[in-house]
Amino acid sequence: MTPPRRRRRDPEQQPPPGPAPAGPGGKEGEQRQPERLYILTGATDGGERASIDLVTLIVACADPQPTATPEQSALLRLCRSPLSVAEISAYLSLPFSVVTLLLTDLLAAELVQARAPVVRKATPDRSLLEAVMHGLEKL
Amino acid sequence: MDWKSSDPVPGPRAEDHLPHTARAAVKIVIVGGFGVGKTTMVGSVSEIRPLTTEETMTQAGVGVDDNFGSDSKTATTVAMDFGRISITEQLVLYLFGTPGQERFWFLWNGLFEGALGAVVLLDTRRPEVSFDVIGRLEERGVPFVVAVNSFPGAPRHPMRELRAALDLSDEIPIVECDARRRASSRDVLMTLMHFLHSLATARAPV
Repeated sequence: MTPPRRRRRDPEQQPPPGPAPAGPGGKEGEQRQPERLYILTGATDGGERASIDLVTLIVACADPQPTATPEQSALLRLCRSPLSVAEISAYLSLPFSVVTLLLTDLLAAELVQARAPVVRKATPDRSLLEAVMHGLEKL
Repeated sequence: MDWKSSDPVPGPRAEDHLPHTARAAVKIVIVGGFGVGKTTMVGSVSEIRPLTTEETMTQAGVGVDDNFGSDSKTATTVAMDFGRISITEQLVLYLFGTPGQERFWFLWNGLFEGALGAVVLLDTRRPEVSFDVIGRLEERGVPFVVAVNSFPGAPRHPMRELRAALDLSDEIPIVECDARRRASSRDVLMTLMHFLHSLATARAPV
């Protein structure tokens, strides 16, 4: 029996330095990458929406007010020290998208602060990679 | 969700709190088929007990048997286990173990965006399970390494054969590991980091 074999695929497009492009349609009927979805909140003024990543670190700016919803209160209490959105989702047993929605409101009300993740760029930051390597060596 | 004010707030144990100095986080994604040991690997290196985050995805029920006949949409809950490693007082690394079936992780918005890279965890008993994942990573330009989880009794392929079967280019590292062991899982992550570093060095302007 011949073992299964795979065929290599090519990148859809080499990303040039700068903002990530929406690549053109792939070859051979490849589907385009789906557009990033955004959570719609009450405010639909077309303004910038918070882009919340799984590893965005959230810190509460204030203790929950009596008017806060139970979910908001729980989230604010959780985030007295920094916590990733993924951890918030896990501890509150709420789906990522629901946490994103909660955070969008809390960010707008300036009740929490978001510390953006460090992302891989076209030219990765070698000092960042070295910091991670150094940290792993200590494990 | 209806927590009473008297209920203890669910949350991290005291020792699982991040320091207030934590400013930024990076992520690495571990992909592989069901039962290949993703959660084991996450758990063996994580400083916290692995946690689970989930997302509910609603898809048009195209090509899905609709046994209930009541709704044209199906909601799928996709769970991901993850762990955490504090790198410095400021920097935190998160590891996400995600199901290998592309229809799941492709739908998980933003999972690979900004990820440093990925580890493809391979079971030599079923290497073909990972073919599609590898292809998707190639298409999206996500750098990755392949780690072969050594299950007892699994066929041991010479790395050269495995590389050929996976049609990997020569520079992509393939390593063997025991996902249960912290040192071994750490070494896999180090292999990925060295690979990313070499890519960065090759691309960096002189």
